[in-house]
Amino acid sequence: MSDIILLGTRKGTVIVDRQNSAWQPRPILHAGIPVCYAACDPRDGTLWASLDHGHWGPKLSRSRDGGATWEDLAALKYPQGARHIVQYLPTPDFDPQTPAGQPEYRDATLLKIWNIAFGAAGQPGRLYAGTIPGGLFVSDDGGDSWALNRPLWNHESRGGDLFSGDATSETRWGGTPASVDYGVFEPGIHSIVVDPRDPDHIHVAVSSAGVLETTDGGRSWTGRNRGMLNDYLPNPNADWGHDPHFIAGCPAQPDHLWQQNHCGVFYSEDGAQSWNKVSAPERGVHFGFPVAVDKQDGHTAWVFPAQADMARMAIDGGLCVARTQDGGQSWQTFRTGLPQEHAYDLVLRHGMDIAGDCLCFGTTTGNVYLSEDRGETWHCLGHNFPPVYSVRFG
Amino acid sequence: MTPHLYRFFPALEKLEIEVPTGSVAEVVQAIDNIAPGFCDYVLDERGALRRHVLIGVNDTVVFDRKTLSDQVADGGTVYIFQSLTGG
Repeated sequence: MSDIILLGTRKGTVIVDRQNSAWQPRPILHAGIPVCYAACDPRDGTLWASLDHGHWGPKLSRSRDGGATWEDLAALKYPQGARHIVQYLPTPDFDPQTPAGQPEYRDATLLKIWNIAFGAAGQPGRLYAGTIPGGLFVSDDGGDSWALNRPLWNHESRGGDLFSGDATSETRWGGTPASVDYGVFEPGIHSIVVDPRDPDHIHVAVSSAGVLETTDGGRSWTGRNRGMLNDYLPNPNADWGHDPHFIAGCPAQPDHLWQQNHCGVFYSEDGAQSWNKVSAPERGVHFGFPVAVDKQDGHTAWVFPAQADMARMAIDGGLCVARTQDGGQSWQTFRTGLPQEHAYDLVLRHGMDIAGDCLCFGTTTGNVYLSEDRGETWHCLGHNFPPVYSVRFG
Repeated sequence: MTPHLYRFFPALEKLEIEVPTGSVAEVVQAIDNIAPGFCDYVLDERGALRRHVLIGVNDTVVFDRKTLSDQVADGGTVYIFQSLTGG
């Protein structure tokens, strides 16, 4: 059972503590600074927040005393020579002829630290950070220094090794709309799943490219998008160009992976060797952003159904959470304790988490709801938080 | 400079900093010497001015945002602004 919840919000970090079975939020931390992700390292209790400064560049903030004091770290940077092929946002004034010739290159700069993940118990100090514009960073000293994972950055699906010269292949990675706020249209890594059985076995998910897997600690990466269906491409079975909104794994059954994708809910029982679409549109289970997976049973997962695509809001003005216990063959929706009229909330990709029988989600409207019975009934922890970007149990 | 930077670098608050003449890049680096990490807030990892930051020399906005090669003459004053908008 967890006694702490971290909220990353548009106006700072909020820590909610369980005290005598009641949940009580502390005064906001990093006040006024957008925090796109906040999490607790389960190995040593270090708290992490990803500061998404509008002016001063992305920074990590670290607390080693339970949130009492924080230190901001600026060590995560793209190395000299890191380049990427420029993506073009297909706006109405987009000239399709322009990028058809030679690719245009841009020096990579850090735009957003979208996700933080922790290494295995036997890897003290090992951290991962997924970023826009699409670099995976690794630290082995608790975040004091970071290195870009070059095999992924140099992957043939992204044009090859641009440190050494010009592209040797086309980039198949598309931009994420989440990058447009930074004046670009570039990909981003938002999900990092480390296999508890083997810390060299990692899946990452990239918007908008798909899922990639390494089995050798990041020395090589392979696309894992077989079975994915992409409604918005001419070829829905394309190898690349998928838009996973989030992926999560079951710690006790790591081959069971779940993906809430732009184009539906997908499930894999074989470590992403193949995916199966398990949406249930008649129950609203299709479009959404987060997915939470039971820690013990890989067949059990929860999603927050939303109205696609251009609306991106709760369905029919009411909030619900859907759960499957049979690998997506059937879904139940739960509404008890959640508003059923005049509710337009959306839960973003990192906005829902699970710890034991507890689930928690936070919304773009600043509402945070908690369930202590596996999602069947809910109660509100607060209606007036800033827009919530991430929810993580500590 | 914008007082918002004092939140991260309280040592700079109300400080009038005099540095040798040179390029704006050298001036920013000189501030970083006083307040380590300052460059990481104002500049990106390529040394370019961050998108929502503006530097002026006297009453002239810096032209070279990429390498900050604009020169600061003896007696010149450097101003660091940030854009403010939204909610």
